[in-house]
Amino acid sequence: MKKSVSEIAQMHQNKQTQLLAILHDIQEQERFISDEVLHILSDELDVPLVELEGVRSFYHFFSSQHRGRYTVYMNTSATSEMSGAFEVMQAFEKHSGIEFGQTTSDFKIGLYKTSCIGLCDQEPAAIINNLVFTQLTASRVKEIVEAMKAGKDLKVLLRQGEGQNKNPLIGAEIFNNIRQKGPLFFNEFEPGSALKKAMDLGSLDVIESIKKSNLRGRGGAGFPTGQKWGFCRAADANRRYVICNIDEGEPGTFKDRVLLTENPYLVFEGMVVAGYAIESKRGIVYLRGEYAYLKNYLEEVLNQMRQGHLLGKKILGTRFSFDIQIKLGAGAYICGEESALIESAEGKRGQPRNRPPFPVVSGYLNKPTVVNNPETFGCAAKIVLNGPEWFRKMGTAASSGVKLFSVAGDCDRPGIYELEWGMSVADLLKLCGAKDAYAVQVGGPSGVLISERQFARKLAYEDLGTGGAITIFNKTRDLLSILHNHMEFFNNETCGFCVPCRAGNAILLKKLEKIMIGNGTSNDLSEIKAWGQTVKLASRCGLGQTSPNPLLTALQNFSDEIASKVRHDIDYISQFNMDFAIEESVKVAGRSPNLRVEEVED
Amino acid sequence: MTPNPEKKKLVVATTSLAGCFGCHMSFLDIDERILQLITHVEFNRSPIDDIKHINKPCDVGFVEGGCCNTENVHTLREFRKNCKILVSLGQCAITGGLPAMRNGIPMSDLFSEVYQNTNNPTLGNHLIPNDEEIPIILDRVYPCHEIVKVDAFLPGCPPNADLIWEALVRIIEGKSLDDLTYQYFKYD
Ligand SMILES: Cc1cc2nc3c(=O)[nH]c(=O)nc-3n(C[C@H](O)[C@H](O)[C@H](O)COP(=O)(O)O)c2cc1C
Ligand code: SF4
Repeated sequence: MKKSVSEIAQMHQNKQTQLLAILHDIQEQERFISDEVLHILSDELDVPLVELEGVRSFYHFFSSQHRGRYTVYMNTSATSEMSGAFEVMQAFEKHSGIEFGQTTSDFKIGLYKTSCIGLCDQEPAAIINNLVFTQLTASRVKEIVEAMKAGKDLKVLLRQGEGQNKNPLIGAEIFNNIRQKGPLFFNEFEPGSALKKAMDLGSLDVIESIKKSNLRGRGGAGFPTGQKWGFCRAADANRRYVICNIDEGEPGTFKDRVLLTENPYLVFEGMVVAGYAIESKRGIVYLRGEYAYLKNYLEEVLNQMRQGHLLGKKILGTRFSFDIQIKLGAGAYICGEESALIESAEGKRGQPRNRPPFPVVSGYLNKPTVVNNPETFGCAAKIVLNGPEWFRKMGTAASSGVKLFSVAGDCDRPGIYELEWGMSVADLLKLCGAKDAYAVQVGGPSGVLISERQFARKLAYEDLGTGGAITIFNKTRDLLSILHNHMEFFNNETCGFCVPCRAGNAILLKKLEKIMIGNGTSNDLSEIKAWGQTVKLASRCGLGQTSPNPLLTALQNFSDEIASKVRHDIDYISQFNMDFAIEESVKVAGRSPNLRVEEVED
Repeated sequence: MTPNPEKKKLVVATTSLAGCFGCHMSFLDIDERILQLITHVEFNRSPIDDIKHINKPCDVGFVEGGCCNTENVHTLREFRKNCKILVSLGQCAITGGLPAMRNGIPMSDLFSEVYQNTNNPTLGNHLIPNDEEIPIILDRVYPCHEIVKVDAFLPGCPPNADLIWEALVRIIEGKSLDDLTYQYFKYD
């Protein structure tokens, strides 16, 4: 039964904080969000129309144009390209008779591209109406398109996944590929055990314990977690929030997905422990839209926790109450940045805020808020359970504990590795069976691209600090294409607020393209360096501050190879082509492309 | 800058392409310093003296505006060919500026918006001009350095007179423009 826009809005209490959920429901039902819908919502939610238009246009999964009854979101990350995405996309286009970026005229099928969907170890992958298809081939695509044309339920075409992915609440064709287990994440955990221990300790000692453990945030930036919790608790307010950041958008990262699939109890209990420590009553799980297929399963986990008195009112019979709600993102890498995430959770465009004030002082609905990565919450729960000394015994002096690494690319055993901090890149390459690694992207596109000369470097905050993405490229890969993929990613994902990030990344991408077609000169390389520095220096948030990294680190670590791709005999090449430049206007004005008169004067 | 009658005068050319002449107006804001300037420079093609085409080798060319049509491109190439130092003057020359706001809009939409959906009585015939004498519009507005090599950039909308003056003085004294200090670009 179709629901009216007002009914959908009402299901979500007509609240702006539920705007993304409302728009998801409408997009799912109608396959697009019309202007008329926005007019109705503007009245119902009492939000200005322009703001709603801004939200609709911000997120990749919302659209003003019909996206088709079946919407294919094909992943375009570098590992997807390396695994044959091109042939797969060609097959989609051939069988459905349209190009990517279009919807068929009967509105049955829409083909769209999307940034990394967290499946780098099983590419090429696509999401079709929230169903996840992995390791696609041209022949499977044919089958899928035929089923879409016939209006069939695509579920029957899914292969069975692994582990909890088989759970009917998930039902995804996904493989966990946990290659190396460790003491922390993928073993028995008795729900409630960490929370009981926390309550024995008392809230202040929980924070003390986290501080003593030296735990640093696992989302990439590595901020000391105990200090963050301490700041938040110290902020004067009547209400505080705990947010779990499952936006996991950095290309190459997929460990949060596996952790949430196999051990969600540990992560959520870590959130409750955080709630207890900072005296908060409310938690939010911000789940990226790409992981929507996990939502029902995670809701069920939360229900189980409520039934076990680990969540909800009077937790474990005490006076402490804490509950968690799941909010779904809608396709936007920038929403992983904590202040953008908060804006998005409030039902707005996911644009980063100015900082300070930091979220620990003024976060969700301007209340003090702790934002952490799920892996961080998992660590925190185990630290409370086993003590800070246990945690500090692992890793290095400056980087305590273990880390989940998402390994993908040219190796025999891509997947998840739970490792102590301090392992060298070379040892990890050996472990995952990467025999001929040429370049390794550590920490995703926003991290660094290193060459063999740096493989002795250590994975640890004091050397190569990282959120855990390790993407391996062998000698057969084209370095410039990889860089292009990564720069295109930032061009697609910038929120557009700062000129240096919005325009600078476009300039960097164009320069790279100029080099790729053989028109680059050594001057272009100097300009890339200069523009890269400007973008890093003058951008507001971490996206812009790191977006030139693919180019800048490649220029540093692969200087010879890149220098060999540009001309050194001349210092300037123009790409301007007069015939091309006048083609369109000549046609529209109905005149001849007559350049002769002026040419004579030249 | 002291006059030196022995020294050969610097030959300067200037032009406005897809610009508003604001940069040239700002140039005139050097006020009475122009009297000092003409003891050091001689103008060739420029709106200041109305010479239509460069007729001898120039030391420096100042270009205001980006390129929006074929004639702009020809003029820019004429400047590049004849000027030892070519300077992009102002935001439109450097980035395309305000005229570049049309970039990304299909040409058919642009033409119909400007010439056909208009109540302007002088465009009453609603025809898209197509006389062969008229320069042809380019697919987008290009910054100058995408078409020819540009040696220096003087930012601002418009660049202020002191910046233009300082740049001229440096060129006359044979100094580099690379290290012009921040005070000249500060526009707040
Ligand atoms: C562009 C951008 C994207 C980010 N994406 C994520 C993400 O997907 N997951 C995450 O945990 N942190 C992400 N972060 C870091 C968060 O801003 C924040 O530091 C982190 O969630 C804090 O948690 P932690 O201290 O536990 O790492 C991102 C930062 C930036 C600038
Ligand atoms: S740096 Fe980029 S992503 Fe970050 S706020 Fe600025 S424009 Fe947005």
